[in-house]
Amino acid sequence: MSAAEQSPVRVTARQLARQRRRAAWADGWREFRTRRAGMAGLVVMLAFVALAILAPVIADPEGLEVTKATGGVLEPPSGEFWLGTDDKGRSVLTLLIWGTRVSLLVGLLATVLCMVIGTLIGLLSGYFGGRTGAILFRFTEWFLVIPFLPLAIVLASVLGPSLLTIAFVIGVTSWPSTALLIRSQTLSIKERAYLERARALGGGRWHQISRHILPNVMPMVFANTTLTVTIAILSETTLSFLGLGDPTRISWGSMLDDAYSVGAITTGSWWFIVPPGLAVVLVVLAFNLVGQALEDVLDPRLRGRK
Amino acid sequence: MTARLLEIEDLSVTYRTGEGDVPAVRGVSLTVDRGEIVGVAGESGCGKSTLASTVLRLQPPSAEVSGAVRVLGDDVMTMRWGDLRTLRWAGASIVFQGALHSLNPVHRVGRQIAEPIELHEPDLAEGEVTRRVGDLLEQVGLPAARAAAYPHQLSGGQRQRVMIAMALACKPDLVIADEPTTALDVMVQSQVLDVLSGLVAELGVGMLFISHDLSVLADLCDRIAVMYAGRVVELGAADEVFTRPLHPYAAALSAAFPRIGDPAARYAPAGLGGDPPDLRLLPDGCPFTPRCPRAVEECSHAEPPLATYDAGRQAACIRVGQA
Repeated sequence: MSAAEQSPVRVTARQLARQRRRAAWADGWREFRTRRAGMAGLVVMLAFVALAILAPVIADPEGLEVTKATGGVLEPPSGEFWLGTDDKGRSVLTLLIWGTRVSLLVGLLATVLCMVIGTLIGLLSGYFGGRTGAILFRFTEWFLVIPFLPLAIVLASVLGPSLLTIAFVIGVTSWPSTALLIRSQTLSIKERAYLERARALGGGRWHQISRHILPNVMPMVFANTTLTVTIAILSETTLSFLGLGDPTRISWGSMLDDAYSVGAITTGSWWFIVPPGLAVVLVVLAFNLVGQALEDVLDPRLRGRK
Repeated sequence: MTARLLEIEDLSVTYRTGEGDVPAVRGVSLTVDRGEIVGVAGESGCGKSTLASTVLRLQPPSAEVSGAVRVLGDDVMTMRWGDLRTLRWAGASIVFQGALHSLNPVHRVGRQIAEPIELHEPDLAEGEVTRRVGDLLEQVGLPAARAAAYPHQLSGGQRQRVMIAMALACKPDLVIADEPTTALDVMVQSQVLDVLSGLVAELGVGMLFISHDLSVLADLCDRIAVMYAGRVVELGAADEVFTRPLHPYAAALSAAFPRIGDPAARYAPAGLGGDPPDLRLLPDGCPFTPRCPRAVEECSHAEPPLATYDAGRQAACIRVGQA
């Protein structure tokens, strides 16, 4: 027992709570820091986030406009254009930096949507047995077996190409795996004795779900989030590559699409293909590494494994 | 006529399972008044916990219930859902067995004690709730500052006291204690029992206390009901049942505990061979017959009813009074 708890003139409960929360975060951070792969992922992740936020400072947005392009067609990397130019004479580096913004934004938006839908449906289908649970579970399975790409293509073309559409399409097609995960966790928590206690207290369903089940599945939701981001970013790249993205905005996927359509492969213009491809791989890898490390830290049972 | 605090009348609970029906409770009648502690004793699987959970309609959905449970005159089984939720905890609360599992590991215990208060008195100011949680903790002998602890930071006895504090949070009239001292060592057990009996005397609540330990019940309770195979086989004043049991099963339970000051009992506490019967295959006669040291041929003909003997004692055995 700490001195703060025992002394009669003690800190207020709120101060104490804040202290403990800080201590818990510090503890988690210390644990996270011991994971080298997770730290490497975090550094790469933060670098890309910084790139996205600082894009207007680092790269002049005028460089995105075809009419103001200064370079020649598909120029190889040089002192002026570090990563060469595209078929319209724009700097690939500028495109890459601005593409980071769209790719990350769409990835995060889609992930939030996916987590909200998945958690909600997982919780409800796990908590309510019987008919409601069965219907929600079948609904989840139904979405799970629909092939992602055709559904996404249909949705994207029906809803029209825009940034939000892409995020929406990815969000509503990738939630089922989250829902299944949350559902199984809910099923196990539902049987714990403290839920019987909550029922005996006179707590209703909403009380049981929000007070007891949700806080217990939250660590899983967080760990799952970072893994879902990778899927979302890959999906965004895929859809943009297929020409279903917002044509007015540059993303890594649309860069690859452009490179493919101007025949950058046959002309040997590697500088137009490799940078966006590499960026996608790096970001996905970074989020994956962070996600795995986070899962280990948040789940004490996995803490031993490194 | 004022309604009794708890009145259980001819209650039967049957679990419908794939392997047949299991009659866990068969025709139990029991009353609890204010300021009274009524003990329910019996081996594992004799229906004690089923009885406890049925009082607040917490039995699993597969259970079929007949008979009546009335708390302050209202029938729990036919009550509307909203009334039932109000009754749960504000009218009657439960101290569960296994306090570690009944506390949510991700919340501080203070917040969990506050839970019933927030549910039943949602208008109460936050400061008032905090003050009440502190009072409750002090009532069960814990410093108010322990409200900030997580369940895993408390010892078994402290957790059990948190459960008791929680049971008292909404000032219920009836407290059901379902083996609250199981898995506690004897010193902690005696502290917890002191807290409980002190609270009953102080607050005037009624308590239904469930335990397999007849010696605990004899100390704590006013009356004891001994259950066997889902039925009450003996009911009477606590010390009478413990020291001069009528039913052979109650006698066996009583003899299983060594008594202080009696060297013979200390060296040879008497056990009782065999197991409780399979409830799906109950015999026609008294279900205790196969294990009963006093059984006669007649015992296997019909199940004896609960008959009243002198001093308000009841027992279900045809051999009572016979030599």
